Amino acid sequence: MSDDLRTLYQEVILDHYKRPRNFGALDEGERADGYNPLCGDRVQVYVKQRDGKVEAVSFEGSGCAISTASASLMTEAVEGLTCAQARELGDLFHASLVGSDPAAGDRLGKLEVLRGVREYPVRIKCATLAWHAFRAALDGHHEPVSTEGASAPSDSDNAKGKNP
Amino acid sequence: MTTSSASSPTVADPGSELPVELAVDLNAELDVGRLRAEFPILAQRIHGHPLAYFDSAASAQRPERVIAAIDRCYHENYSNVHRGVHTLSQRVSEAYEAARAKVQGLLGAASADEVVFVRGTTEAINLVAQSYGRHHVKPGDEVLVTVMEHHSNLVPWQMLCEERDAKLVVAPVDDRGDLVLEELTRFLSERTRVVALAHVSNTLGTQNPVREIVDLAHRAGAVVMVDGAQAAPHIPIDVVELDCDFYAFSGHKAYGPSGIGVLYGKRELLSAMPPWQGGGGMIRSVSFTGTSYADPPQRFEAGTPDITGAIGLGEAVDFLRELGWQRLERHEDRLLERLVAGLATIPEVTIIGRPRRRVGVVSFVVEGVHAHDVGTLLDRDGIAVRVGHHCTQPLLERFGVSSTTRASVAAFNTEDEVDRLVASVGRVVEFFA
Repeated sequence: MSDDLRTLYQEVILDHYKRPRNFGALDEGERADGYNPLCGDRVQVYVKQRDGKVEAVSFEGSGCAISTASASLMTEAVEGLTCAQARELGDLFHASLVGSDPAAGDRLGKLEVLRGVREYPVRIKCATLAWHAFRAALDGHHEPVSTEGASAPSDSDNAKGKNP
Repeated sequence: MTTSSASSPTVADPGSELPVELAVDLNAELDVGRLRAEFPILAQRIHGHPLAYFDSAASAQRPERVIAAIDRCYHENYSNVHRGVHTLSQRVSEAYEAARAKVQGLLGAASADEVVFVRGTTEAINLVAQSYGRHHVKPGDEVLVTVMEHHSNLVPWQMLCEERDAKLVVAPVDDRGDLVLEELTRFLSERTRVVALAHVSNTLGTQNPVREIVDLAHRAGAVVMVDGAQAAPHIPIDVVELDCDFYAFSGHKAYGPSGIGVLYGKRELLSAMPPWQGGGGMIRSVSFTGTSYADPPQRFEAGTPDITGAIGLGEAVDFLRELGWQRLERHEDRLLERLVAGLATIPEVTIIGRPRRRVGVVSFVVEGVHAHDVGTLLDRDGIAVRVGHHCTQPLLERFGVSSTTRASVAAFNTEDEVDRLVASVGRVVEFFA
């Protein structure tokens, strides 16, 4: 396999894919479902908030290496943040992938390993699926969120200015 | 690849000199090297590797002669079809109707009037559901589909059943991915109005015993809609022999253009069916007090049709028939056998569906690796496959998977490409180990 595949599938990503962190349901808190109709992947994200903070977060579901690793990394990244900080990180992550803020990637911390997805426009939705569900859980929305169509979040996941 | 019409396919002279399959030496093998040279798109590298295109079940590629036929129409003969008195319109109308005659020949239909040009298989099925279905399916009636149907032969019937308060009944498949006729019989009743099924499954590759099922359906008083999208590019079709009531296929999967497809319907059924869409071209006469409709097929071709699409499809039909069905089937069977055998050497690979008669496709899952990742890695080796649910979500659920990797073969694929595909899947396993 070529070297550029290693920029997409970095060791950290393969590790989180094979050994996802915070995998499983939470007994309490909000749950939201994410659905990517293009591939049929589903993810459930559970969030427990306390005093305006993300006290616990977990996920379930089956997906590709990118979506599973992204969900796993997300749970580690947002735990302990204030809800506002968690939203901000989600926005930053999104911006780093779809290109509206190329510098955003520098402030992502561990999530930076997913920046390689930028070069694979059709896979961006895999990386953002869990984040869509996370935000819905924070907002207390119980309708499944989709990466496509009417229930998709306001900004598009489609990479701009890229040739798929 | 030797025929008369290959050298001079002029649209001005449709001449209806259809290629005669018997003119080619059926014992000769398909000259794949020469055949590949006819497909300009294949001569490219993807990520540094020669393109190996195993996604023809989603959409095939087209040979130069099909592209040239469309090009020639626009350059030399283009105008609107029908009712034109000027020369260009007459030429293009003749070419358009000649394409219809070629499709008639491909399907073995009794008359060209039984061939309706539509956008594709999906539109053909919707036409039947909306025109025939709405008038024959009443509350309490049933429509029988199979679990292996593509969403396009499922959702239109689901919509109809919801609207008509009818019941959608689903016939199962066994673990091999074959329909069980005895079981299917149990799902037929005097309430069954329509049986809708694929000739060949786009996910499992199963070729269904359409003739037997048609007999069973007719005995129950139902009409049969056959989705032939995955059959038309691979096996000979004879709608009279099959005795099916409706048959549909898409041009783009059969080496023709995208945006054109065919609905075959028995003449007496089409004649009794109301129009689906209203507009120009489908009327006999129009007044504000009432409109009378043209006979089929024009009744179902409202508006300016996909003229160049139909002409391109006609050329694709010639191309297909000149391949020779026996040679083509022998070639593709060999590729499929090699692919199945090759994948079987990789312990982490499970093939979904082991039908008695496989046509066109092999679907598989790789243990511990999602199909999307398989697809991305194969692409980096220059290999194009389809990954996902293939618009057959209920079927994948039946087999307990949410997505598969699907490789489909075409006339232009080689054994070397199959070996590359298998080797690449092997590297996928190593990569994720």
